[in-house]
Amino acid sequence: MIFFENFAVALRALRTNLMRSSLTMLGIVIATAGVIAVVSIVQGMQSMIVGQLQDIGTTLISVFPQNPQQGPGIVAKQVKLTWQDGEAILEQVPGIKEITPVIGGSTQLKYRDRQHTPQMVLGSFGNWPEVFNHAVGSGRFFSSFDVQRRRKVAVIGLKVVEELRLGQNPIGKEILVGNLRATVVGIMEERGQNLGQNQDDFVFLPFDTALALFGRSAGDQIQIRLQTESAEVVDQVVDGIKGVLRQRHSIGEDEDDDFVVFKQDQLISVFSQILGGITAVIGSIAAIALLVGGIGIMNIMLVSVTERTREIGVRKAVGARRQDILIQFLIEAVVLCLIGGLIGVALGYAAGYAMVALIPGDLPPPHVPVLWIIISFAFVTLIGVVFGIYPAGRAAKLDPIDALRYE
Amino acid sequence: MALIELSDIHKVYDMGEIEVRALNGVDLTIAQGEYLSIMGASGSGKSTLMNLLGCLDTPSQGSYVLNGVAVQELSDEELAGIRNKEIGFVFQTFNLLSRTSALANVELPLIYAGTRRAQRKKRAREVLEIVGLGDRVDHSPNELSGGQRQRVAIARALVNDPSILLADEPTGNLDSKTSEEIIELFDALHNAGNTVILVTHEGDIAAHTQRQIILRDGKVVEDRRQGQAA
Ligand SMILES: Nc1ncnc2c1ncn2[C@@H]1O[C@H](COP(=O)(O)OP(=O)(O)OP(=O)(O)O)[C@@H](O)[C@H]1O
Ligand SMILES: [Mg+2]
Repeated sequence: MIFFENFAVALRALRTNLMRSSLTMLGIVIATAGVIAVVSIVQGMQSMIVGQLQDIGTTLISVFPQNPQQGPGIVAKQVKLTWQDGEAILEQVPGIKEITPVIGGSTQLKYRDRQHTPQMVLGSFGNWPEVFNHAVGSGRFFSSFDVQRRRKVAVIGLKVVEELRLGQNPIGKEILVGNLRATVVGIMEERGQNLGQNQDDFVFLPFDTALALFGRSAGDQIQIRLQTESAEVVDQVVDGIKGVLRQRHSIGEDEDDDFVVFKQDQLISVFSQILGGITAVIGSIAAIALLVGGIGIMNIMLVSVTERTREIGVRKAVGARRQDILIQFLIEAVVLCLIGGLIGVALGYAAGYAMVALIPGDLPPPHVPVLWIIISFAFVTLIGVVFGIYPAGRAAKLDPIDALRYE
Repeated sequence: MALIELSDIHKVYDMGEIEVRALNGVDLTIAQGEYLSIMGASGSGKSTLMNLLGCLDTPSQGSYVLNGVAVQELSDEELAGIRNKEIGFVFQTFNLLSRTSALANVELPLIYAGTRRAQRKKRAREVLEIVGLGDRVDHSPNELSGGQRQRVAIARALVNDPSILLADEPTGNLDSKTSEEIIELFDALHNAGNTVILVTHEGDIAAHTQRQIILRDGKVVEDRRQGQAA
């Protein structure tokens, strides 16, 4: 009962000193707005990236060649990962649905007088659409026959069609990939941006055709991508791959792998970790900013207590107990912080949207998890209590008659 | 039983070089229901005595027994309770909250008494009505005349139905007609059975009371009882 009265008293006092209250809140407002703005953007990116990785599917496994950690003075041997490795994996590891080698390079395209360098020219098997959940929009993907015969066919993305101005009906047209003349047989479905790459700016060639283009040595360091039959067997398959490769590459008990195996959810967690790290850094900067804001609050509250000494005296003279005064001033501090936090969250959200709108490029819409909002408010309340308690305690301890005499 | 018992009360202000003996051995017994005025020259210690009686201040020496309880043994919280429920204090300088309405000022003691809001507003209005400010409830003290402020202060002192009313020069700032109205209010309170203690310079105000005490240099030098014509 009295608590709520003290609450009302605190609100009234804040309203009476509206100007000062607003200025006091400013620090808190700015700090909160800053955090929420940046967090909203980072979190927006995170949910987009995670969403896109999940689109590709959680049963995707990638194998890359990688130099083991090298000690000083040890000459690195050439790390190899070849399709013979891939075949061995397919033979010896159960649970694999689709598997393809992948090689890639940057090569210029030409069509008549037009030139364009796509993000990547990739060589793979004909099961790429299945492995990457990426369907062909029109025409067809190349077949295993095309791969075996090393046929000069290409499947391209919409961006390539656009850049080379291949017109309404690009299928059947002949383009120049580096020095290789290839016939367009299919166009991939539009996919947009994914992980910062334009997914429509690609050229796909049959694996063996691509080998001819990039040179035989490209076949010594390939990537292998595969889909497992179900999400449950992913870990088993990863272990199987490691076993096969370690044996084939004759890696000793105490030696490091010369390859890495990535599960999709690992990729997700790597990205989440990076973005989580960014968020944590921002969080700690914000915490410092909020502390500074809190010190501002304490400062103003101390001034306020001094200025209102007579008021405190009057309240005590008519029966206010220490705890009533303590609660009144504490609530004032906390309410200041909370209102500041509220305005800050709103402003931060608005700033997040404004930044996304103003920064060129395809930024995802800002997104603030409810948890962050709750944490912000909890922290801001804590700041109010921590920095309000001292001034409030000073007010509560005042002697009634001294307070009344104060000029 | 005596309501108030002061024995050998001293109040000394230590001002470094010099000591100011505001009260210098006051013995005083006041019974329940008495109507009493305190007079004396400026600086004789009247306000100091009132502050002690009102449990706002503590003596440097001596004992104060209120309603059978030794005040110096009470905790801060208990003192707050007494100030809230037992004592109504009208200050020489009003001590109103300047930026809140007359009504809010009068409500203040009720807030700390834990009275419900609706009840509180009703009671505060009622008392303002009694002191003749029914039409000024929403004005802040800044928007009121000296006499009106004095009445707000009196209304605040009365709102919790205190058994003791202490008024430090309640008519000091008022013209004689208003003074008369205010003093009649005190008469009525006294007639209702309350203990009323007021400080005044004016003989005709003091004449309303049954007992007059005169202070000089922090000591009671005269204690007169004059029965009012019944
Ligand atoms: N806080 C204080 N510090 C030092 N001296 C004080 C203090 N309060 C009062 N005094 C001194 O105590 C004496 C009594 O003061 P008090 O206010 O009780 O006088 P008073 O009788 O009420 O006078 P007045 O009629 O002018 O109101 C005065 O000499 C005054 O200077
Ligand atoms: Mg005085």
